[in-house]
This record gives sequence, structure tokens and C-alpha cells, in this order.
Amino acid sequence: MAYQRVAIVGAGITKFVRRAHETGKELAAQAAKMALDSCGMTMKDIESVSLGTAPDAFDGVHMKGEYLSDGSGGWRKPYMRQFVGGGTGVFAPIHGWYHVASGMFDTCLVVCSEKMSSCHPHPQGAFKTIFDHTTEQALNPTLIWIFALEMNRYMSTYGITKEEIALVSVKNKKNAMDHPAAQLPMEITVEDVLNSETLAWPVNRLDISPASDGAAAIVLASEHTAKRITDKPVWIDGVGWNLDTAYWATRDLYYPRYVEKAARMAYEMAGITEPKREIEIAEPYDPFDYKELHHMEGLLLADRGKAVEMLLDGKTQRDGDRPMCPSGGALGVGNPIAATGLMKVIEIFLQLRGEAGKRQVPGNPRCGLAQAWGDLMQVGTVVVLRR
Amino acid sequence: MELEKFELGATPLKESAMKDGKVLTLHKKPNLKYAWDNGPAIDRYLAELKKGRIIARKCNKCRRIMIPPRMFCELCWRPTDEWVYVEDTGVVNTFSICYVNWDASRIKKGDKPHLPAVIEIDGASDGMGILHVLGEVEPDKVKIGMKVKAVWKKPEEREGAITDILYFKPMRG
Ligand SMILES: [Zn+2]
Repeated sequence: MAYQRVAIVGAGITKFVRRAHETGKELAAQAAKMALDSCGMTMKDIESVSLGTAPDAFDGVHMKGEYLSDGSGGWRKPYMRQFVGGGTGVFAPIHGWYHVASGMFDTCLVVCSEKMSSCHPHPQGAFKTIFDHTTEQALNPTLIWIFALEMNRYMSTYGITKEEIALVSVKNKKNAMDHPAAQLPMEITVEDVLNSETLAWPVNRLDISPASDGAAAIVLASEHTAKRITDKPVWIDGVGWNLDTAYWATRDLYYPRYVEKAARMAYEMAGITEPKREIEIAEPYDPFDYKELHHMEGLLLADRGKAVEMLLDGKTQRDGDRPMCPSGGALGVGNPIAATGLMKVIEIFLQLRGEAGKRQVPGNPRCGLAQAWGDLMQVGTVVVLRR
Repeated sequence: MELEKFELGATPLKESAMKDGKVLTLHKKPNLKYAWDNGPAIDRYLAELKKGRIIARKCNKCRRIMIPPRMFCELCWRPTDEWVYVEDTGVVNTFSICYVNWDASRIKKGDKPHLPAVIEIDGASDGMGILHVLGEVEPDKVKIGMKVKAVWKKPEEREGAITDILYFKPMRG
């Protein structure tokens, strides 16, 4: 396949907070401005804009793509909104990638903005309408049900315990202590997680990432453009996305096949044949602690049911052999849905450039990946980055 | 670039900011009402539930017997072929013990937790589950792999809805 090579050349992010004074547009503009400033570009240099944002129901604003377009710099430019639920934050850069890879544009600004705090009493309520209106909504489901059902199935398939899974939350919230945008950086223990309120067994409050407001942005450029902008481009060498059936109860939840398919697509494009060896650092999507392990397996970074062994051996710590979520992840930095996925891409970008500050992992990694996940537990989105 | 060298945007507000009138907000309750058409597959599913039966659709290509029934097979991407009655019994594939309501409010003190479960329905293809709830069982007695049976509303109270099955309860023996 013939396409232009695409690099990330700049990045920006706002703080992730429970409730921001700024509107979604203003958050988008703050993150976009920082991304442009970081690489000495202006909006005039931007040829196309890819916006990611999650359900309109959070904001109570219909057609959020249009609503957020001015803050995102999308006015009077080729502009598109991407939305695949929680997978959006990695899908928006994939979309930006093919804007540039296709040769249509030499630059693309990717912006992800989310304001979850507008929805009352809690954005959870907005999730009810993702369930089938006739066969499921009548049972009054909450989104936590499907996470709890999946976590229980995953735990019992492999005999993994809540104590073991809680270590992911402990690790990520601690990693977030070094992230300047973090909403929930904390030093906690496994006992703290187990003793936090049981919401839907096996899910306790500290197993879950918070609802957040926030935005993130990156600048993409074609190879010849990127080399003019920076001497440290980070290349998007592989992209993959995949969707499984929306009849979620009819597929076994213990394994995310769609994540594997997305990962295989990205690996093939990047020429990766041994992901366990070649992917040195990763940001798997962690809206719940067990999801980090579940996704490591789908990403083929661990054998099925064995991600927990890497966790227990300390391999996924920031100074371990295979750091996972060195940013602090959704659990620690916060989870403004679409912005979270892009925050993960930004973390790998910074880590590969050796610019992650106190969060920097040792060993000068050359290759990493970011992944997000969403819709009705059915979509996987993956990007592989190299320096 | 390092994030630490930038002044990051977003101004956090305290929970009390709205109540105290420090931030001006507008409250709105959209009054939206929907009448959803169910289509031929779910129409029949609901009509059969009203009669106390569960019906599925079969695809003669992959031979899957699918529940909830559907007019097309999403794997073969072709129309499904026939109606097949399945049992009102099944096996718990996974479950949760849930203390929050749909809007994240907490259940009342002393109320029993919700017991949502994925139930693989007997007579449908392997792994074909539906979302429902469990009843007549103590939460700590629920196990994955447990055999369960539907408990139906009285015939005169049924309305052609998934809630015509009140819940699934453990089978004896
Ligand atoms: Zn078929």
C-alpha cells in the first residue's frame, strides 16, 4: 500500500478535572493552542482537523462535532468528527493519520475534548441509552453492569482475584502522581481498593476511573513536513481498529477478540511479528483496573490469563521490563472519554522522545502503543508509534 | 517538549461552586419521548414472551440459533431462515451484585441488590446469552454455571416485554 509516512510533531493537554469552569470549546482551544505552540506552528499551518468527542448526551448538546468545531480550529477547514464511544480518543488520531497518509493533506490537527460534568445527577445516566431500547433498557441497566459482568467472567475464567486486579489501580494512581494533568493521583493500597464502596460486585469505587472534563490535542505531519518542524518526529507506523457484534451478551466476555483484530492490523502495518518483544511500552485503556490486564491479552502483549503474572512480577511498573500506563492512565490521570485515549497517545509520544519528565521510563524505548476501547464493549482502536 | 514546562488549561471548580452561585449554570430537562418500532424479529420475540415462550431465529448457513432473534445473521450477513422455540431455562454465564441504580444513585438501605446476569439460554447455540436479572436467591449463593429457570408474570399481567419474565431463579437439583 502506498501512503505518506505520518509523524506526531506536537502535543497539548489541559488538566483533567471533575468539573471545569471552561466550556468544551474552550478546553479544546486550550489543548489545541498548546499543541501548536509546542512545535512552533500556528493554525495557518493546519490543513485539516480531526475532532474526537464522546456521546452528545454528556453535554446535552446535539451535534457536538459542530458545537466544538470553532474551539478545535475546524472552521473553514476540512473538518470531521469521530465517535466510537470510549475508543474515540485513539480513533481520532487514526482518522487524522489517513487524512495525511492518503496524501490529501500534509498536516492535521487532532483534538479530543470532553465535558462530562454537565450531565446530572451523574453522566452514568446518559449511558442507559446505549443498551437496546426494547430488550435491555426495560431492565434498568447501568453501564457498570457490563463491566462487572465482564470482570467477573474474566476473573472466574482464569482464577484471578480482586486483590490481584486492585494492584493495577494502585500502580496507575501512583504513576499519576507525576502527571501534571492528573485528577486522581493517589498513593493507595490494595486494602484501600477492596475497602472502597462496592458499587457492583466485583467492582468497587477505586476499581473505576472518574468522570472528568478535559481536552488533548496532537499535530500530525507528513514526512517531508515533519522533518522541517522537528528533529524528533514520532512516527505512526501502524493503525488498527475493529468492531465486534453489538449483541454483547452473545459473545464470551472473558476475551476481547476485537482488540486482538485491531492490534493485528496495526502490527502488520508496522511490520511487528513479535509484539511481546517489540512493543516496549504501552498505554492500554484502563477505565476499570481489570481492563488493563484484559487489554494486554487482547493486544498479544501477554498470554491469555497471564497478564496478571506480569503485574505481580512488577514487569508493568514504570521501571519494569514492560511498563503499562506509565502516565497513570484513566484510573489516575482521569477519564474525559475521548481526551483519555489521546492523552495515552501523547504519553507514548513523550516517552519515545525522552520527554516524559519524572514519568520517563528507563531504557530509551523505541516502539510503543496506545489503545482505547468502547462502544458496547465491542470496539478496539490501536496505534503503534516509533521514533 | 515536557508537559511540566507548560501552564496547562482547565480551571477546576469545587462541587459547591454551583450551589453557592459562584458559577452561573442553566438547568434543563429535555422533554423527549420516543416510540420505538421493534421490527419483525423483536415483535415476534415480544409476542411470544406474552404467551410465556422464548423464540429464537436460526441461520441455516452457520446453523446458529440466535437469541434475541434477528432477521439477519450478522456473521454470515444474510437473512436468517426460521423461527425456533427455545427453553425458558439456561445457565449463568456471568453475574454481578449491584448496589447502584441506573442513574448512579444508590439502592435504599436494606433493599436487596440488583442481580444482573448473562444467561445462556438452553436450546440456543452455545454462548447465546441474554441480559436479565436473577431472583429468589441470596447474592452470595449465585455461581457462574448455575442452572436457572424463568419466573414469568401471570398471563393476564404480561404486556409483551422482556419484563414479562420477572427474573430467573435457580433450578433445584
Ligand atoms: Zn449465519
